Amino acid sequence: MSNGYVVPAIVAVTLVTVGIGFYGLRLARTTSDFLVASRTVSPTWNAAAIGGEYLSAASFLGVAGLILKYGVDVLWYPVGFAAGYLALLLFVAAPLRRSGAFTLPDFCELRLGSRRLRTLATVFVIFIGWLYLVPQLQGAGLTLATLTGSPYPVGALLVAAVVTANVALGGMRAITFVQAFQYWLKLTALAVPAIFLALQWQADARPAVTPPDGPAFRTATTVVVEHHAALTFADGTIREVRPGDRLDFAAGDPVPEVSGTATKAIDWLLPDTAGNDDRGLFGTYSLILATFLGTMGLPHVLVRFYTNPDGASARRTTLVVLALVGLFYLLPTIYGVLGRIYTPQLLVSGQTDAVVVLLPGAALGDGTTGRLLAALVAAGAFAAFLSTSSGLLTSVAGVISTDVLGHGSVRGFRLATVIAGGVPAVLALNVSGLDVSQVVGLAFAVAASSFCPLLVLGIWWRGLTDLGAAAGVLVGGGAAIAAVLVTVLGPPLSGWPATLTAQPAAWTVPLAFTVMIAVSAASRRRAPADVGATMLRLHAPDSLRL
Amino acid sequence: MAVPDEPGGPGWETTAPAAPVPAPRPPAAPARTRIVLAEVRRGSRADRTRSELTQQTRIGDTLVRGLVRAQLALALRLSLLVLIGLGGLPWLFAIAPSLGRTTVLGVTLPWLLLGVVSFPFLIVVGWAYVRLAERNEQDFTDLVQRPER
Repeated sequence: MSNGYVVPAIVAVTLVTVGIGFYGLRLARTTSDFLVASRTVSPTWNAAAIGGEYLSAASFLGVAGLILKYGVDVLWYPVGFAAGYLALLLFVAAPLRRSGAFTLPDFCELRLGSRRLRTLATVFVIFIGWLYLVPQLQGAGLTLATLTGSPYPVGALLVAAVVTANVALGGMRAITFVQAFQYWLKLTALAVPAIFLALQWQADARPAVTPPDGPAFRTATTVVVEHHAALTFADGTIREVRPGDRLDFAAGDPVPEVSGTATKAIDWLLPDTAGNDDRGLFGTYSLILATFLGTMGLPHVLVRFYTNPDGASARRTTLVVLALVGLFYLLPTIYGVLGRIYTPQLLVSGQTDAVVVLLPGAALGDGTTGRLLAALVAAGAFAAFLSTSSGLLTSVAGVISTDVLGHGSVRGFRLATVIAGGVPAVLALNVSGLDVSQVVGLAFAVAASSFCPLLVLGIWWRGLTDLGAAAGVLVGGGAAIAAVLVTVLGPPLSGWPATLTAQPAAWTVPLAFTVMIAVSAASRRRAPADVGATMLRLHAPDSLRL
Repeated sequence: MAVPDEPGGPGWETTAPAAPVPAPRPPAAPARTRIVLAEVRRGSRADRTRSELTQQTRIGDTLVRGLVRAQLALALRLSLLVLIGLGGLPWLFAIAPSLGRTTVLGVTLPWLLLGVVSFPFLIVVGWAYVRLAERNEQDFTDLVQRPER
C-alpha cells in the first residue's frame, strides 16, 4: 500500500510525543517528580492520562479485529475493559490512594509488613508488565509492516526506542501530559473516520452487514494468507491454506468460510446458546471475570492513582476515566461491523487486527479523503502503542529501580528504564505468532488472579496475613501463569483443556481468593498488629486529616 | 490563640522596625490591647473523638469498623447490581435464544445492549457510587466532629 500520508503522520505523532516529553523534562527535578509527578496533577488531566495509557493496541486495533472475526460474543472485551474501572472505583481507588504507597510492592509492605511478599509482588509486576509490553511492540511492528511495507522489526524497535528514551529522560510528569494528549488523539483518530465510514455506508445504499447469502467481495481482491486455516468455498470444496498462499477473488464472489472464525452470519450475529456449546458460555464468563477484575491489578493502571492529591479525588478521577473509556469503546464496534462489508478479505488472510487501519482506504477509496483518514488512524494506532508502552515501562522501571536495583535515584530510574524496555524489545523480536488480543487477555487473567485478591482483601479484610497473601498470589497467579505458558508455548489443545487454559480466569480467580482466605484464617496469629491503624488510614475521610 | 504581632501588644514600642510590610502606622492611641491568658479550647469533644480514632480505643475501633462495613456494603450492593444487570446477559441469551434475535431499531438486542447501552449503565453506577460513598464519609465526619449527635 502506498499512502504518502501515513509515514508523516506517524513521524508527527512520535515527534509530538517526544516534544511534550522534553517539555515535561524541564519540570521534572526530583525522584518524586519522576515517579508520581509530585502528586500535583489535576483530576481531569489525570483521567485523560489514565485513559490514554489504558487504551492500548488491543483496544485500538484488537477489539475491532475480534468483532470482525467472532461477532457479538467478543463485545464482552470492550464492556469488560470499561467495567474494570468500575470494579477499581468500587473496591480500590480511594483506599489505595490514601495508603500512600508508590507502587504495588509498597502496598504489600505497608499493609502486611513483609519484605518477602514485597519481593513476590515485584516479580509479578515485572511479569505482567512484560507480558503486556510484548504484544504492544508486536502490534507496532505489524501495523508499520501493513501500512508501509517496512520489515517487521522496524516498528517494534522504533516504538521500544522512543518510549524508553522518553520515559528515561522525562519520567512520569512528562508522561502525564503525553498520555492526556494521546487519549484525545486516539479518540479523534477513531471517531472522525467512523463518521466518514458511516456516511459512506449510507451513500452505498446501506449494504446489509449480514446478507442472506453470506459476506461477499465488493471488488476484485487478491488475498495473501497470513495464518494457517481451512477454507470452505461456496461450492462445498474445502481447501487448506498456508501463510504466503495467494487467492484471487472476483467482485461479487462469496467469502469462503474460514475455520476458527464466525463466517456464518448467524454465528456472528447471535450470542452462544445453551446446549450448543457450554464451553463458549464458560469462556464468556471467564473473559468477563478477567477483564472486570484484572484492570485493578495492572501495574501501569495502579501507579497512576498515586498522582491524585487525595482519596476523594482518586475516586472522581476514576469516574471520569470510566466515562472517557466508555466513550471510546463505542467506536471499535463500528469498525468491526463495517469491516464485514468492506474488508472481508481480512477474514481469509487472518489479518483481522488490521481492520481499523485498512478500513478507511477500503471503504472510501484511494482519494485524498481516504488517504488522509487512513493516515489519521495510523497516527492513532501509534499513539496507542506509544502511550500504553510508556505507562507500562514507567511502572516496571519504577519497581525495578526501587526493589531490584535498590536505590531511588534518578540515575537508577534511568538505568531501570533501559532494562525494563530492552527485555520486551528482545522478546518481541524473537517470539512471533502471539495474537495481540489473546496475550492482553492473558495478562488480565494473571492480574485478576494475583493482585486483585491481594488488593481487595488487603483493603477490606482485617484478617489477611502475609502468609495467606503470598499463598494466594502464588497459587492463583501461578496457575494463571501456567495457563499462559501452556497457551503460548505448549502444544495445541482442544476441548475443555483448551478452554480452561485459554480463558483461565473463571477458575484461577476463585482459587486465588479461596487460598488467600483459607491460609490467612489458618495463620491468624501472623495478622499485623497495626491493622487497626492501617484500616483507619485507608478508609478515614480525607477531610478529617487525622 | 496567641496574637503576638498585634500593634499595641507587648513590645510594640521597641520592636516596631522589624515589621517587613510598611503598613501605615496606627494612630498614637492603640485602639485596643488584647491579652491572651490561656487558649480557649473549642471543639474539645471532636478532639477527643479524633484521639479515640488515632489511639485505637474500643470506641474509635468500632467507629472505623462501622465506616468500613458501610463502604464495603455499598460497593458489594452496586457490584451485585452490575453482576445481575450485565453478568446475567450471557446466561439469558443462552437459555432464551429468541431474546437474542429480537431487533430494536433495526439492531439485534445483544448488539444494542452490549455495544451501546452497557457503557452508560456502568457510568451511572459509578456516579451513584461516588455520591453514596462521599455521603458515607460525610456521615462519618459529622459523627467525629459532633459526637453528641
